[in-house]
Formats: sequence, C-alpha cells, structure tokens
Amino acid sequence: MKSIIELNGISKRFRLGMLGARSLREEVENWCGRLRSGQQATAPGARDFWALRDISFAVEHGEVLGIIGSNGAGKSTLLKILSRITEPTHGEALIRGRVASLLEVGTGFHPELSGRENIFLNGAILGMNRREIRTKLDEIIDFAEIEQFLDTPVKRYSSGMYVRLAFAVAAHLEPEILIIDEVLAVGDAAFQKKCLTRMGDVAKGGRTVLFVSHNTSAIVNLCSRCVLIEKGKLTADGEPSEIINSYLSRDLSGEPVLEFQEKGGEAFFNRVTLARDDRTPSANFDFDESAILLLDFTLRRNIPGMDVSFSISDTTGERLFRSTSVMSDPPVIVENGGTHSLSARIPRSVLLPGRYFITITLHRPNFEIFDRHERAITFEVTNKGFEYYSYSPRQVGRFHADVRWTSNNTLQMRI
Amino acid sequence: MAPLSDYEFAIRPNRSWVRVDWRGLWDYRDLLLLLVRRDFVSRYKQTVLGPAWFVLQPVLMTLTFTVVFGKVARIPTDGVPPVLFYLCGLLGWTYFSQNFQSTSTALVSNAALFKKVYFPRLVVPLAAVTSNLMAFGIQFTTFLAVYAFYSRFTPDGGRFGMEWTALMLPLIVLQIALFSLGVGLWLSALSAKYRDFQHLSVFLVQVWMYATPVIYPLSNVPEQWRWVSILNPMTVPVELLKQVLLGTGSCEPAHIAVSIAGTLLTVVSGLLVFQRVERTFADIA
Repeated sequence: MKSIIELNGISKRFRLGMLGARSLREEVENWCGRLRSGQQATAPGARDFWALRDISFAVEHGEVLGIIGSNGAGKSTLLKILSRITEPTHGEALIRGRVASLLEVGTGFHPELSGRENIFLNGAILGMNRREIRTKLDEIIDFAEIEQFLDTPVKRYSSGMYVRLAFAVAAHLEPEILIIDEVLAVGDAAFQKKCLTRMGDVAKGGRTVLFVSHNTSAIVNLCSRCVLIEKGKLTADGEPSEIINSYLSRDLSGEPVLEFQEKGGEAFFNRVTLARDDRTPSANFDFDESAILLLDFTLRRNIPGMDVSFSISDTTGERLFRSTSVMSDPPVIVENGGTHSLSARIPRSVLLPGRYFITITLHRPNFEIFDRHERAITFEVTNKGFEYYSYSPRQVGRFHADVRWTSNNTLQMRI
Repeated sequence: MAPLSDYEFAIRPNRSWVRVDWRGLWDYRDLLLLLVRRDFVSRYKQTVLGPAWFVLQPVLMTLTFTVVFGKVARIPTDGVPPVLFYLCGLLGWTYFSQNFQSTSTALVSNAALFKKVYFPRLVVPLAAVTSNLMAFGIQFTTFLAVYAFYSRFTPDGGRFGMEWTALMLPLIVLQIALFSLGVGLWLSALSAKYRDFQHLSVFLVQVWMYATPVIYPLSNVPEQWRWVSILNPMTVPVELLKQVLLGTGSCEPAHIAVSIAGTLLTVVSGLLVFQRVERTFADIA
C-alpha cells in the first residue's frame, strides 16, 4: 500500500520584505527603481528567508507522527503547507486521504451565534458536511458539557466553555488524516487530560495523525514516530523517546560569543559574551539558572553621560525589558576613554522557557547612539521539570514572578 | 467516508494562470449555506427591529432621495412618481453596493480564518453574494407593495407599468451578482496586497452611484455622452430594472451587449486575480 502522505523536497521561502503587507507607494518605488537600474533594486536572494529546506519523508497509514523543534524551526509552516493554507516554493506533497487540520481551536466561531449554530458552522469550516455534523451532534454536546447553554450566543460563554465547545467539534472530525498544532495547551488540566485521551482514541482508530507539540510527554505517549525539524531542515526521524532525549540535551544553535570588527566612531563594542555563572560561554540556560552578559567596548575619548544598555526580546519581536548600566543600583558609570568590560546578570527564574534575543546599545540617552547590535545574541531558556512547559503565554504570561504565598489561616486553625 | 483513492491530491507550487477548485467548492456547499445563514442571522442580532431593517434601509434612503434630489435639486424622473423611481433605482444599486462591500473585504477581514484552516476561499465571496440576494428579495417585495399602492390609489397609475419583460428580472439580477462579484474579487485581491485599496473602495462605491443612473434617468444624460455612461457595466442593469418594472428607460440592445461583455470580462479577470492572490495570501496577511 502506498504511503498516505509523501513529501518530496518541500521548501518554503519567505521574502522578508514581503512579510508585512506593503503599501502601494513602496511597491511603485520598487518598480521605478527596477526600471531605472534595469534590474532588481536589491540583490536577489538578499532578503530571502527559507522557513523550510528540502523536507522529504513519508507517513504510513495509521501512523501517529509527532513533530518537534524549537520555535521558528518551521514546524507550523510545514503544517500550513500540508493543510493547504499556503503553497510550498519548491517540491510537492502527495496526500492520499481527506485532511482535517486543527491549527487553532475555535476557528471561525461567530460570537453572535448560539452554541448549536456554531457547532454546525465550525464543523463545516473544518470540512464536515451537515449530515456528518448532525449524526455527531449529541456526542459533541456531551463532550463539551454545555448542554444547558446550547442556545446561548457563544459571546456569553465563559472562556472555558468556549474552548471546550471548540475542541469538542474538532475532536469529532473523522478525516483520514488529522493535523494538529499545539491546540492541547488550552483549557484546565482535567479538560486537557480528556483531550489527550480523545486524541489517543483517534490514533487507535487507525487514523493518521500529525501532531506538533511542545508537550514532550504527550508526544511520547501518543506518537509512534517522531521527526525533529531544526532551522527548516529535517534533522532526525525515529522513535519518539530517543528523538526527544537527544533534542532536549542538544547543544543549542545560538553563538554565545560575538566579536565585532573594529570600526570608526567614538564608541563601539568589541565583543559580547553570554555565559553561565562560572563564566563558560553558553546560549542555553535552564529556567532556574542565571545568565551573565559580558560587554567589552571601547571609548575613543571621554564621553560624559555615556550609557550601556541591553534589551531582551522574544520570538514575537516584543521587547520584554531593557536594562542600562546608569540606571542599575548602584549605577555603573563608564565615561573615560579606553577599553572597558562590564557584566550584567540576568536573574534566574524570570524568563519562561523559549527563545530570546539580546540587543546591545552604546548611547547617550536621548542624544546619540554610538553603536547598536540588534539581536546580537540568541539564547534559549529550556525547562527540565518545571511545569510551565506545556502552557501557552496566554495562560502564564511572559514572565515568571517569584511570588511568595503565605497562609493566614494557620493561627486560627490552631485555636 | 469516501475511499482513500478518491481523495488523492498533490500540493505543489502552482504556476498555472487559472486554477479554480470547482470540485472543492462543491464539496464545501454546506459551508456556503451555513455562511449565508450566519450573515443573515448575525446581521441584526441584538437589534429591536431585526429583519425589518432590510425594509427600512431602502425606504429611508428613498425618502432622503425624494427630498434631496426630487424636491430640492428637482432632477426629473422620467414621469414616474419619484418615490417609485428611486426605490426601483436603489433595488439594483443596493444589491450591487452590498455585494461590493462584502466581497471586497472577503480576504482581509477573514485573514485570521484563512491563516488557520483551508477551504476554497471563493466560498466566502459567493456566500456574501448569496446572502445579499435574500436582502434583495425583501427589498423587491417592498417595491412591489409600493408599486401596487401607486398604481391603484394615485392618479399617476397610468403613467407607468410593468412590461412582460419583467420576466427577465432574474437575468438582470444575475448580471448584477456576477459583475459585483467580479469587482469585489478584484478589490479583495488588490487590498490583500495593498491596504490602500480598502480606503479607495469606500470612496469608489459612493462615486460609482452617481456615475450610474440611480437617481436620474439615462435619458437625462446628454446624447453625445451616453456612450460613456454605457461603458459603466452597472448602467444597463439599473436602467433595465426601471425599464422592465416601470416601463421607462432608454436601453438599446447594443448597450446591453456592451454591458454583458464588460461583466464577463470583469468576473473572469476577477476570478483570475483572486485565485492567484489567495494561494499565498496566508504568507502576506
């Protein structure tokens, strides 16, 4: 029997300049530039980004395939191609079955419509026809536990009810191939467990499932096979527990030391290093480990008001915080000409597991920027045992705060 | 469930010019119906008057026109009572402008959906055109009621009248549907890439109304400029509606041919542009 999914050399290129919608004016300027110079204004390929490069593998009928990789590795792009949301740039995928993909829970829910109406609408969006939905209706309502609110508009649902209903519809899809992206990270623990059980049933029912998740225990429990995608390439394929072990203990890609070419100007960075407590360079930290940022720089002359700063941003591009030498307590003032070395400690247990970027700046605040390196260092915070792992930022936020709880009951209890 | 072999398909970079997934559209016909229902039901949720708005909107518009263009500006109405004349003109125009508005934002306003799930994107504009058809039906009924009142109870009764060609009404509506779909597809494809067109289209639809004989009869356009008016494919269907429903209009067969040709050209090219943009829309949205 032929494989149910076959991928042959799938590649996907994004033009970085094209990522956001461009305004017409920019486009016209681009055209004019091309006309004048007789060719493309920028060198072709200069701003290309390959999200996927030459991915080939086959999935057999009834296999449950886990897909893992760090954020931005290309997992979601791969799922989008397989669910026909976007096209590959090169290569082809052969799909021999009806596909339902679940990249988000509750896609297409309309807040004004009732629960029942949304079951039909959402089901149809996911590819079911009305007859199929009607036969499944009771099961779906049962699974979602919303029977008494069935005719209430979903905008009046609690978020828990909303998610339960949405997952219930999706869980009752009966395609030959089910593609799921990280949607299990919703709802309370009891409901998550219910979803995982349901996923297990789907898998045992002989359907083919592709499953992207950061929840490694779910992958080990549910999947019969696992592939690892790193920087757009397929780097490992095999037994889930083996792949996950090697993935979690791997040396991370980011370069922890960056030397800069000496350039003109009155102040510039020579080197930036990210290191562990014992000063060994590293780009991979455990959640409860602090990191030290070492900044080496040169001032050509005395620059009063000189400030050194760094900021940390996450993969969405959002800046999480900034820290400057002058504003630290006590302030560190470096104004004299010469070479300098500063270190800054990034406290432990603040950044949640994920990938982060450090941008460094030499400047006189509000006056002049002497040297600045965007995203000079990339590092990853991983998690060994801490339970934030399986939750999405929507639930836990972007930081961990070391909040101390105390019970005020103890005294009264004793009396 | 269909046998496996039935669903074999390949995903590969597509470089062909036209690829409309007709079979996919058919498979998702239930979605189309549900979207129509959603549009219709959700539009007037949490309103007191509910679907009565479908009647009220054109009536209020007609009254405004009667005062502004009939009483103040004194634009002639081919001898037909102004209320009836405007109501008839608005019949075709409202259907067009509603389609225009809902299809031209089809891609952008559903971006979140299109980035998360696949279904033939064309379902969305088709559903919009279909659900607006229901509003058209209600509006047409309103027109018939007003028509009956005027022809029976006013002395103007003999000055206008439906012709047997009123049976052509479905064809005229079809033309409006196709043309508005075509224009809407063009604009939704363009504004998917350049949001400038979103702003432009709001303005465009307003100007377009004045370029179409909605509030004035085509006979009011000077003879030597009439051909310009005919180049607007909306002129003929709007004028034809007045011709078949009220018996006043100045459309000639040649005009109709030009208008139909323009409509076909627009809808085919619109499909072409739309399906080229939708394929990579998820990347640029």
